[in-house]
Amino acid sequence: MFVAWRDLRFAKGRFALMGAVITLITLLVGLLSALSAGLARQNISAITGLPADRIAFAAPGPGRSPSYGDSTVTARQWRRWAEVPGVTRAEPLGITSTKATAGDRSAPVSAFGVRAGSRLAPDGGAIHDRTAVLSAAAAAGLGGLAPGDTFALAGRRLTVAAVAGDASFSHTPVIWTALSTWASVAPPGAAGTAAGPDAGATATVIALDTTAGADVAAADRAIGTRTVTKDGSLSAIGSYASENGSLQLMRGFLFAISALVVGAFFTVWTIQRAGDIAVLKALGASTAHLLKDALGQAAALLVVGTLLGTGIAAALGALVVPDTVPFLLTPATVLAPAAVMILLGALGAALSVRRITSVDPLTALGSAR
Amino acid sequence: MSLDLSDVTLTYPDGDDRLTALDHVTLHVPRGTLTAVAGPSGSGKSSLLAVAATLVTPDAGTVSVDGVTTTGLSRAELTGLRRRTIGIVFQQPHLLPSLTALEQLQLMASIDGRSPAGARGRALELLAAVGLADRAGRRPHQLSGGQRQRVGIARALMNEPTLLLVDEPTSALDHERGAAVVDLITRLTRERGTATVLVTHDRTHLRAADRIVEVDDGRLGDPPSGSGTSVGYRPQGGVTATMSG
Ligand SMILES: Nc1ncnc2c1ncn2[C@@H]1O[C@H](COP(=O)(O)OP(=O)(O)OP(=O)(O)O)[C@@H](O)[C@H]1O
Ligand SMILES: [Mg+2]
Repeated sequence: MFVAWRDLRFAKGRFALMGAVITLITLLVGLLSALSAGLARQNISAITGLPADRIAFAAPGPGRSPSYGDSTVTARQWRRWAEVPGVTRAEPLGITSTKATAGDRSAPVSAFGVRAGSRLAPDGGAIHDRTAVLSAAAAAGLGGLAPGDTFALAGRRLTVAAVAGDASFSHTPVIWTALSTWASVAPPGAAGTAAGPDAGATATVIALDTTAGADVAAADRAIGTRTVTKDGSLSAIGSYASENGSLQLMRGFLFAISALVVGAFFTVWTIQRAGDIAVLKALGASTAHLLKDALGQAAALLVVGTLLGTGIAAALGALVVPDTVPFLLTPATVLAPAAVMILLGALGAALSVRRITSVDPLTALGSAR
Repeated sequence: MSLDLSDVTLTYPDGDDRLTALDHVTLHVPRGTLTAVAGPSGSGKSSLLAVAATLVTPDAGTVSVDGVTTTGLSRAELTGLRRRTIGIVFQQPHLLPSLTALEQLQLMASIDGRSPAGARGRALELLAAVGLADRAGRRPHQLSGGQRQRVGIARALMNEPTLLLVDEPTSALDHERGAAVVDLITRLTRERGTATVLVTHDRTHLRAADRIVEVDDGRLGDPPSGSGTSVGYRPQGGVTATMSG
């Protein structure tokens, strides 16, 4: 790194400019990552937090994928699922979006209907016909409700049994209610219209706890459902699939742009230095030595630029971004993109300094240079 | 015994044909002596130097440096040989813009895997030997052309080479400075015992040489009256007239 460090200092302006570009792209990637994570959490945390490993939907029409928006399962289906060998638990879960009101405050919420005493809800044991468990955000959104307070869910009076968890679904906080309460607030068609012996007892999906031995596909065929893993079911949340897809696309483009910019910079830099490299080779510097020097220089620039950008993103997230913006700052959302930036940048730099190998030391002789 | 070229032939691709740059050249340069190479432009002087510097492999013949036969060595082995036993002074100083005069010399230790700090003493000593002790902290753009060329000479001597190859070191300098640089190279050849090959256009620089060889169209010959020393050497006007700067 003898020459590399001195070049960094000597061509300060150029390297500072490049470092600033890396810093800004990293800042953008960092903010976007934290925002994606924050938005995703608002969208899916109620599902990812469910104590279940698979979700059974009503079988969608041919050529369509399951959706939380238009699935309806019957009591007969979840009873049959409970009897499938290898399934340890099958819990109905009703999901609908509605409005909660307390005093003069009202807020959009997701009502999650569960059986009384269900493990799906936090404090599920406290849920019965006239009570509900509110997620922290739901309680706060209704003016800071506490256990014992009352509120109205789509016109139905309920008592707060507990405030627990931070479940959120499709950007609205979750209120856990009894299945019967859910059925009365869900739009007709989603609940209570199933014909036959199970009329009146329906839910949106069935949360399953399975063991490796369960033949899920066979059970799906017999029962008329479509079962996916819990993580796989996230794409069945309409807003999540499109939102997350476009955010990830932007992030991917930023990564690619950064690698290209770094690659272009070091390509130009290496071409400019070709004469010096020929001289160094003629003087006896090995290609490995020169490559190490050049890559070390690129790595130093990348690490400094990326850490600066990440630091600024974290500081902005912690100090400037208002609480209302969903912004999730965790080591994973901030450091992982930084690591990717460094890796891809190093790849771009490696591809461009590779041309060091092809510089012919012979060109240092004579006046041609 | 330091540089031995024996029956060396070098060709370059030239369309469908090949151009013969060196034609059965044999040259022996003992340590502590200076051999000057003269000849018209395009005659093969730089090619001779390139072969001696192991920068090109000849088509035929053998090159041996300090007793090591270079033909057949791998690229990495050649690089190591250049690093440790061959010093090269280029036509242009070819200094690195970001390094001070002192660092240009310390760099030679660095590329040899030694500590630049540990090489500081020798670097300062060499800078003093070329009369630049008080310019150690200057970068190339803060030095004159002649000073730069002297840094280049000191750099070539940094790793104690046994072979010193110098390609037209004075072409960028005026006559007086050029003469001073050639004097310096002559002195260092004696002091440090290098086998030195000096390519030059300027015949007035040849006086100090122990031997002068003339390259013409890839063939090597002592000047007509030459007997291995510069004594009695007479420039050939017909040859000098075709030379370019
Ligand atoms: N890399 C190369 N590829 C093809 N031909 C070359 C190459 N280098 C030199 N030549 C040719 O080889 C011959 C000898 O070239 P060389 O550079 O050795 O001449 P020179 O004596 O150093 O000339 P000058 O005094 O102008 O520097 C010339 O005809 C030149 O055109
Ligand atoms: Mg030449």
